[in-house]
Amino acid sequence: MVVTGFYPDNMSRLNPKGPIIFHTQSLESRESSLSACSFHAASINPFLKSLNRNLKPIYSPAPRPPLLIRRRRRSMAFTKDQLLARLQELKVEFLSCDHPSVMTVEEQAKYVGHLGGALSKNLFLKDKKHRLYIISALANTKVDLKILSQRLGLGKGGLRMAPEEALPEILHVALGSVTPFALINESARSVSLLLDKGFKSQRYCLFHPLTNEVTIALTPSDFDKFLLSIGHEPAYVDLEDCPVVGKDNPPDLAYLIPAEALNLPGGADKVPPTSAPAQTNATLEQKTKQPTQKPKEPSKEQKQKSGNDKPQINVDAVADSTNVEKFVEKVLEKVSNVFISELSKQSNAEDGNIKDHMLEGVKQRVSSDLLSMTMTLKNSVYTQGFHAGIESTLYPLANKKIVERK
Amino acid sequence: MASTTGETLAAAEPIADGRTEEGEEEQVVNPWEVSAKGGKIDYDKLVDKFGCQRLDESLIQRFERITGRRAHVFLRRGLFFAHRDLSDILDAYERGEKFYLYTGRGPSSESLHLGHLVPFMFTKYLQDVFKVPLVIQLTDDEKCMWKGLSVEESERLARENAKDIIACGFDIERTFIFADFSYMSPPIYKNIVRIANCVTGNKIVGIFGLTLEDYGGKFFFPYIQAAPSFPSSFPHIFSGKYSKLRCLIPCAIDQDPYFRMTRDVAPRLSYHKPALIESKFFPALQGESGKMSASDPNSAIYVTDSLKDIKNKVNRYAFSGGQDTIEKQRKFGANLEVDVPVKYLNFFLDDDAELLSIKEKYGSGAMLTGEVKARLIEVLSEIVERHQRARAAVTEEMVDAFMAVRPLPRMFG
Repeated sequence: MVVTGFYPDNMSRLNPKGPIIFHTQSLESRESSLSACSFHAASINPFLKSLNRNLKPIYSPAPRPPLLIRRRRRSMAFTKDQLLARLQELKVEFLSCDHPSVMTVEEQAKYVGHLGGALSKNLFLKDKKHRLYIISALANTKVDLKILSQRLGLGKGGLRMAPEEALPEILHVALGSVTPFALINESARSVSLLLDKGFKSQRYCLFHPLTNEVTIALTPSDFDKFLLSIGHEPAYVDLEDCPVVGKDNPPDLAYLIPAEALNLPGGADKVPPTSAPAQTNATLEQKTKQPTQKPKEPSKEQKQKSGNDKPQINVDAVADSTNVEKFVEKVLEKVSNVFISELSKQSNAEDGNIKDHMLEGVKQRVSSDLLSMTMTLKNSVYTQGFHAGIESTLYPLANKKIVERK
Repeated sequence: MASTTGETLAAAEPIADGRTEEGEEEQVVNPWEVSAKGGKIDYDKLVDKFGCQRLDESLIQRFERITGRRAHVFLRRGLFFAHRDLSDILDAYERGEKFYLYTGRGPSSESLHLGHLVPFMFTKYLQDVFKVPLVIQLTDDEKCMWKGLSVEESERLARENAKDIIACGFDIERTFIFADFSYMSPPIYKNIVRIANCVTGNKIVGIFGLTLEDYGGKFFFPYIQAAPSFPSSFPHIFSGKYSKLRCLIPCAIDQDPYFRMTRDVAPRLSYHKPALIESKFFPALQGESGKMSASDPNSAIYVTDSLKDIKNKVNRYAFSGGQDTIEKQRKFGANLEVDVPVKYLNFFLDDDAELLSIKEKYGSGAMLTGEVKARLIEVLSEIVERHQRARAAVTEEMVDAFMAVRPLPRMFG
């Protein structure tokens, strides 16, 4: 127990024989509840003396636990005011201008052109595999969807306008209000954002803050700051560039393809299996790089897939990636294949049987040790994650959302 | 004639200390004493007396069919040789009905030897091939009662032993280790009392040979060892559809009395009878005169032994069935019945072909004792080294995590 409160200054006012209320914070309880214990005034002195400090008696409430620097996104839609409040929290300066609802950049220019900033046109697009993109460009930049589609590796006609229903569903904005700021919503987590590199040289960039009745102007660096705060690495692209995409020139924007597709409203298609390998890789990487996230993987993945048969793929992927025997099998297979090919370079093909036999022998001898070592790794990693989980219960207010979601 | 199929406590119970009605001393096998006249335990008689069944070839093949892999070396070579209701477990498993594993250790000493690891190595195999959860009971309270250890010392030993158990390679995603002193809590205590309400003191005396001179705790302990056979003792793991899960208990055959009693009680509490899969005693280095003793360091290979220790122990103390001189050995060959190194290789050398070759050559005299011992030293060193490496990686945090009362969401993989 941590003693966080102390008795009042003037002890002489207290009946030395009477009880004093001490407030303590129990580290074992999930909530940082304050429980009171009472002691006799006389017994406090020895206790404090034992702490060996000159304690100035102050009565104070328990210290607030530090907030997580990165806030968890809310599951409901953000409003303009919430967005602006967030910008203020981030110490992002912006100019805000109200105006009647505008549906085009030309209209918008009439009201906010005087701000001297760069107006943006924002396109909300989807590809054939139901992955979503926002392209945010300077008003003057020519955006050729065919070329962009090729540069993303989606083929010639890969990019289309996203269905209207996706606007309120995914971005939580109305028609005519597409804006990069919509990515603050949890539902827009997997939307890929392409930004015109022309923004970087502008004094101010103008965007709708989730409603087309307002425009805000902020500096490019502050805009980047916002994007980073919601876990989005800003991707600036020369949107007018038209490189030839072919065998020798792979699509240069392919890295911007979202990791997963979203279940679009009205879309009868199932989520394609290509998302599964991406998940497996993500899980494997996350397993080795961020052990603390491991215990949360299953529930996070279950939430990402809203379809009926989708959890099947994910559960098996997690089971596979935590299976020690399968892991060792894969390692041995890889090593064997490489070994065989190296060996083939040295000797001739007739030695095939000897090679296989040798390989079997090697595998046998090395399997038990590999299995043991891998199980040790798995247990160690789980242990770290487990203790991180336990310790995060010391910050119940900060982690309240995680707990609620479980 | 002892019944071999159904068993009631009265019919199958041996008199606790193994004496026959004539007062003649036969072999004694109970949780606290194992000894036999002439030194050799008659396992057939034991199986008959206890009323369990032998694990035959057809069951082993069934194992291989269901799990899709070669059976564990302990099964193939007959170290795990008896069972109760194992076929029911396999039947249920084939139908898609899961089960959980329950095994345990009485932490009486800090140092473990290979004989102690045997049930754990086998349990790990079962966990891997069936992909089922496992609970491991550390009976620190038992050792407190029987060995007169202090509570604190028993607790400490339990934790130390837990580290060696973890080093056997159990999967933390589906393993829960608990010590009686720290896990005692409403769910398991209620089951203990329910079990206690089904078994009279007379029965306990009959099974375990206690007298009124013994401390009362010893009468109560059997209920504590029985309770983990019922899934409701672990509501944080087995709840909802798993609240009546079947249980399979891998153990040494001297633990059979506890679970005979448990099986008798189970239907009255509407649980499945726990199934058992039982092992023989691992022979001591000096020969077949009982089980390895933690008090005699040269009777066994300890997990803390260095490679030098292993070499020394095997060379000097392992009872050899070979002839006195090389000439005699070449002429007559070795007595494989009593040769301890061959017995050890029987259990630890996985390669069937190599074992057969060694037995042939050694039995005919083509191979010398020294050579067989050298091979055994190699095999044992590998096992001990692997264990030591795994043991070194077990931290206090890892023990805490294994022992934390937490759900096991991926316990069936």
